[in-house]
Amino acid sequence: MSTDAPTQTDPDTGEDLHDVRLHVNGIVHQVRIPGRRLLSDALRHDLGLTGTHVGCEHGVCGACTVLLEGQPVRACLMFAVSAAGQELTTVEGLAAPDGRLGPVQQAFKECHGLQCGFCTPGFLTTITAGLRDNPDPTEDEAREMIGGNLCRCTGYQNIVSAVCRAAEIARLEPSEPLEGEQP
Amino acid sequence: MTTKLFGQAVQRVEDDRLLRGQGQYTDDLMPGALHAAVLRSPHAHARILAIDVDAVLDVEGVVAVYTHEDLVGAMAEPLPLLIPHPTLTHGRTQYALARDEINYVGEAIAMVVAVDRYVAEDAVDRIRVDYDVLPPVVGIENARDGDLLVHDDVPGNRAARMEQQVGDAEAAIAAAPHRLSLDLQVERSACMPMEGRATLARWDTDSRRMQVWTSTQTSTGVRAAVASKLGLDLGQVDVITPDVGGGFGVKIVHPWPEELLVPMAARALGRPVKFIEDRREHFISSAHERGQLQHVDVGFDDDGRLLGLSVQFWHDNGAYTPYGLIVPIITSTQLLGPYKPDNYKVVFDSLYTNTVIVTPYRGAGRPQGVYAMERTMDAIAAYLGKDRTEVRAANFIQPDEFPYDHGLLFQDGRPLIYDSGDYPASLEKLKALVDWDDFERIRDEARAEGRKVGIGIACYVEGTGVGPYEGGHVHVETSGKVKVSTGLTSQGQGHQTAFAQIVADELGVPFEDVEVVTGDTRRSPYSVGTFASRAAVMSGSAIALAARKTREKVLRIAADALETTPEDLEIVNGVVQVKGAPGSRIELGTIAVLSNPLRYAFDEASKAATQFVVGDPSKPPVAEDDEPGLEGKDFYSPPRSTFANGMHAVVVETDPETAEITILRYAVVHDCGNLINPLIVEGQVHGGVAQGVGGALYERMAYNEHGQLENASFMDFLMPYVSEVPKRIEIDHLETPSPLNPLGLKGAGEAGVIPSAAVFASAIEDAEGFPITSMPISPSELFALRLHHEQKLQEGPHA
Repeated sequence: MSTDAPTQTDPDTGEDLHDVRLHVNGIVHQVRIPGRRLLSDALRHDLGLTGTHVGCEHGVCGACTVLLEGQPVRACLMFAVSAAGQELTTVEGLAAPDGRLGPVQQAFKECHGLQCGFCTPGFLTTITAGLRDNPDPTEDEAREMIGGNLCRCTGYQNIVSAVCRAAEIARLEPSEPLEGEQP
Repeated sequence: MTTKLFGQAVQRVEDDRLLRGQGQYTDDLMPGALHAAVLRSPHAHARILAIDVDAVLDVEGVVAVYTHEDLVGAMAEPLPLLIPHPTLTHGRTQYALARDEINYVGEAIAMVVAVDRYVAEDAVDRIRVDYDVLPPVVGIENARDGDLLVHDDVPGNRAARMEQQVGDAEAAIAAAPHRLSLDLQVERSACMPMEGRATLARWDTDSRRMQVWTSTQTSTGVRAAVASKLGLDLGQVDVITPDVGGGFGVKIVHPWPEELLVPMAARALGRPVKFIEDRREHFISSAHERGQLQHVDVGFDDDGRLLGLSVQFWHDNGAYTPYGLIVPIITSTQLLGPYKPDNYKVVFDSLYTNTVIVTPYRGAGRPQGVYAMERTMDAIAAYLGKDRTEVRAANFIQPDEFPYDHGLLFQDGRPLIYDSGDYPASLEKLKALVDWDDFERIRDEARAEGRKVGIGIACYVEGTGVGPYEGGHVHVETSGKVKVSTGLTSQGQGHQTAFAQIVADELGVPFEDVEVVTGDTRRSPYSVGTFASRAAVMSGSAIALAARKTREKVLRIAADALETTPEDLEIVNGVVQVKGAPGSRIELGTIAVLSNPLRYAFDEASKAATQFVVGDPSKPPVAEDDEPGLEGKDFYSPPRSTFANGMHAVVVETDPETAEITILRYAVVHDCGNLINPLIVEGQVHGGVAQGVGGALYERMAYNEHGQLENASFMDFLMPYVSEVPKRIEIDHLETPSPLNPLGLKGAGEAGVIPSAAVFASAIEDAEGFPITSMPISPSELFALRLHHEQKLQEGPHA
């Protein structure tokens, strides 16, 4: 861990603050935060990466899922200080370098895989990691892949289709590495 | 030629930014705002003796704390009773912060504002309240008994008793050749949008304006509530609906205490304040729905034709009645579905309990009504030994009977008159889709293998697109881009896409050039809101009318410019041209320039409209009956609701040992009139069905006898994951256009969820061979029912 011991006290709240380096989507951010700041809140409020959403704050809904060293984790169940120095990928990091939608994002758009869009970032990150591990999922494997994320709008039908379609898009564009893939 | 977009599965314009994490939900806005946290009652029923907030002031980072004592003027009064009704004789609403009594676990008592939510929650923990705990009323039976009261001055806990009838149901039942009675039960569930409630307010000290961003289904409703409670002029308050992470009813205007307290605090403190609800708060302090007990008496003939139907039900309205009697009124009227009992009587009691309030959840009372009617249909079929579809068909309103007047008053205070539909055709489609006639063979084969499978059916009619009105505003900018606004809000229904499709068609412009804004009172101050599957019908129609007005003006100005008549012109791809002579043309943007006589040329294009260039010097630059600018505005106000309908079938397998219930097939036939965008409509159906599966098999609000909600988290409240929903939802559409609106639309938003409890009860009953009368049903409940019926069989006919 590259977290330093408390360096300062928050003048507003009196809380001890820690200097933490967060590596998010390939960019290093230096933040000074209390030890109890959740990773989800640090991403959203300290870094302004509000694409990561908080749906339950107890790790069940999966809306806040981000990739930590490529693995999906619930950002609401983790303190930001524990993520120090590790590579994080959020929904903001899923588009291709040229700005086009990544395969999973593109597939969601084509398949109408989102309605209100609140749970969507957690699905996108989860599926990105899932397809890296299993690039050619069957429909049942696609269901398995999203089995830990809640969506209240879509009934999951088009999300399952989107998983399969994303795999197809990724195969058609093999030069585009999926985000979260470690070199 | 511009391709017609109405009816096309156009990909959504909303998606790109949402997929990039660039959505703007309330909590994404205004970083640095102060955060509010609310102290909520830990008791279901208690008197507040004293509140001590002194310790809060010691918490560093706290900016303010409020209790009822700190509220002044209208804020200190009870929250409004939004929808009064003559039969709601004992309507009650809560205070924004409890005054001296609390009536459910979760009721707001105090609010702390601090530099962040962490500190605000720390401070809430320091508030000390002395309570005189009172015995709570939990459950409909206890409320009905009336031994204990929720509100001292409401005898029998009865907020309302309402009765409607046509014909003489009791006499018809008494004279009928066959009679049956059923006692039925439906439990509570809730909307559970993934984003909870959220409100952000900023008091602009310079311009003395209140700006509120709130996760709402009704921007204008919140605006009116904030203005009236805070003593502001309506013109001083803007309510802007950002992206909303799902609504399903719970974000209708109530108004929530926090929607008023946050603006109040923002104004008092002169700093932006936000309240972002957490999930536990959503369970215990927003709203639930569905809980009813029902009793049905029915008389019918040898064909299963209804001769008389008498229904009494008891509706759990929770601790207060801010939303009036809308839910039980809908149950009592929509219960009739596609059938015509001729003699119908319904009586309901709306009862107080010491639980979270009950206001519409997607379906809004219809699922319960459909459940009562469809359970009755199945009971009649079982009694007569007839096919369940035959009994239904014998009771259908026929296609040539529209408009069909039930002789009752609907939830909008208008006659319950169905506008259109073809129920026999829908039934034929459903039977074909799900191989209904072949199912007996499948069931028998499964039984021979020791498996239990069953098929269920349920039909519904859904009054959609209730008034009073919605508006549309279309503005063509000089760039040729078209900006559209409507006041109702969006929570994921793809309004920006569907409404842009309508405008692109009506105006003849490229889809990409149309941008739609919803739910912003600065753009659309007159609006009602998004509920009752009304957005497409109401705003879709209003926007179409506004676009037609805009088109008229476009053609009028173009005809002048091209020295022809409007009749000879067409608009193709954003260009007005003479029919048959496309060389004679003028861009829509140029017409926008010409529509606005100018003194100053701000850019190259606007030179064409300056005073020495255009206009007849002998006439006013803007004609007496005209306005500057290329805009069209119109409102759509329907004479009454339009009625969508549908039928669902489900095939289930129940495990002979564990009683686990597995969905093998799910089929939907759906008639929402003309489809604007089938992709979006099917998405709405999918989502509704999934919520229906949750409500039928998993979700319930587990209140214990103390009024504590024991499953107030996603760990314990079983909302369906992908593993719980059908693998495929087979959908077929029938399109019988509504004659009531310009586009022939009927609503689609709630359809998927309405028949769920009924269709699953029907299928499980078919698989098991004994009546299912209480929903939702879990494997352990089904297992217990099996034991009960086996025991009854063993005890023999005399038991």
